[in-house]
Amino acid sequence: MAEFLNYMAWGPKGWGDEFFFAFFMTLKISLIAYGASFAMGLLFAMFKLSNSRFLRGIAGTYTTVVRALPEMLMILLVYFAVAGMAEKMLVSAGLVGSEFQFSPFWTAVFALAFVSGAFMTEVIRAGLLAVPKGGIEAAWAIGMSGPQIFRRVVMPQMMRHSLSGLGNLWLGITKDSAIVSILGAFGELLQTGYRAAAATKEYGYFYGLTALLFLLITILSLAVLHWMEKRLNRGLL
Amino acid sequence: MNDFVTNIVNCLPDLLAAAPLTLLLTLVAGVIGLVVGTFLALARLSGQPLLSLPAAAFMFVVRGTPLLVQLYLIYYGLGQYLGHSWVRQSFLWPYMREGLTFALFAYSMNQAAYNAEVLRGALQSISKGQIEAAQAIGMSGFQTLWRVRLPLAFGNCLPVLTSDIIILLKSTALASTVTILELMGTARVIQRQSLQVYEPLIACGLVYFVVVVLLTALMRPLENRLTRYRKG
Repeated sequence: MAEFLNYMAWGPKGWGDEFFFAFFMTLKISLIAYGASFAMGLLFAMFKLSNSRFLRGIAGTYTTVVRALPEMLMILLVYFAVAGMAEKMLVSAGLVGSEFQFSPFWTAVFALAFVSGAFMTEVIRAGLLAVPKGGIEAAWAIGMSGPQIFRRVVMPQMMRHSLSGLGNLWLGITKDSAIVSILGAFGELLQTGYRAAAATKEYGYFYGLTALLFLLITILSLAVLHWMEKRLNRGLL
Repeated sequence: MNDFVTNIVNCLPDLLAAAPLTLLLTLVAGVIGLVVGTFLALARLSGQPLLSLPAAAFMFVVRGTPLLVQLYLIYYGLGQYLGHSWVRQSFLWPYMREGLTFALFAYSMNQAAYNAEVLRGALQSISKGQIEAAQAIGMSGFQTLWRVRLPLAFGNCLPVLTSDIIILLKSTALASTVTILELMGTARVIQRQSLQVYEPLIACGLVYFVVVVLLTALMRPLENRLTRYRKG
């Protein structure tokens, strides 16, 4: 028992500080990726609902392909292939120098966001469809501008409809962030657990600890989601 | 460009040879997960704290942690403890050493927890009248369960269960991290051997896509059969 406490010491001898910062690193990766995937979801949901066949085609291909392939494969593909090709294109266009490389951290976060964005598109599309047309027409009638309508009429109602889907995606993205650990050393939870387990040979203990910290994220998220649900639904009940 | 396509095509034979392992993982974990998940859901709804509390805790912990962490915990963690125990001397050890056994265990437990949550909802949503009618014509508790509650519950949540199978199929890619050479693992081996970065991944994606589309198509007749009573 005492040795397990020693493992958790703060500083160079123990893994306490590593896990402490890894916890926030996982939260940081998840938060940034979630924000990015929300933006992508919004964009592609609008593509899907647009009148242009071309935009609908792009969005349809994106959601179908990404949702049919394993998250791990998609993340590897985006991390290696898409980022590599984008780098080559930028270099050959003369926009950047020949040694240019995307930062691995941001590429990994983008890969995570790209995968989650496809699921986000479907959630937001359903949420947008559930907003009654009458409210939007009324907003036009009293002279609101497009952005105003979106912010004041569409968005609040859409959020109410898609909150459970958005919440599930948040829980999903915190868990999928573990996949990022196979890409490299970003100091998030699973990668830290892997290093600690390999260094001490205490696999059960450190992976158990990793699982526990992920569970803590889930529990905290559920509490926040519950609060948000109450807040978004105020005035309904 | 021509090279690119040729390289992708050259990856396909090895990947197709690995596809059965992916399907095996999916099928075995899917079946065990469904059986264990059914018992979990029944335990969760049993009203006996001794059964429902452990079931609820198991479901919450498994659904609240990443599958990759569970896979590592079982593969490295369980392997570490079992390697030092009596199991090591037993006839089971040659099988236990295989990553596949641990992976199948991890996937089955994960699938069981997700299936149990789905089935719990489906069992709860059965109308009271059906159960009362079954009791009224003198069915025992087990008969009510076997002939009324379970068929209705499975019929109601089948679309979710089939999409869970697809999710399971996709998550078997993670098994490549614990030395299992299924589709994803094979693609990564080809990556290392041929020093090609994109082509094996794209070829692997093509195979997954076809498998997912085929599996989805296979599930449709099953869905139609289990819900045939709805088309009067």
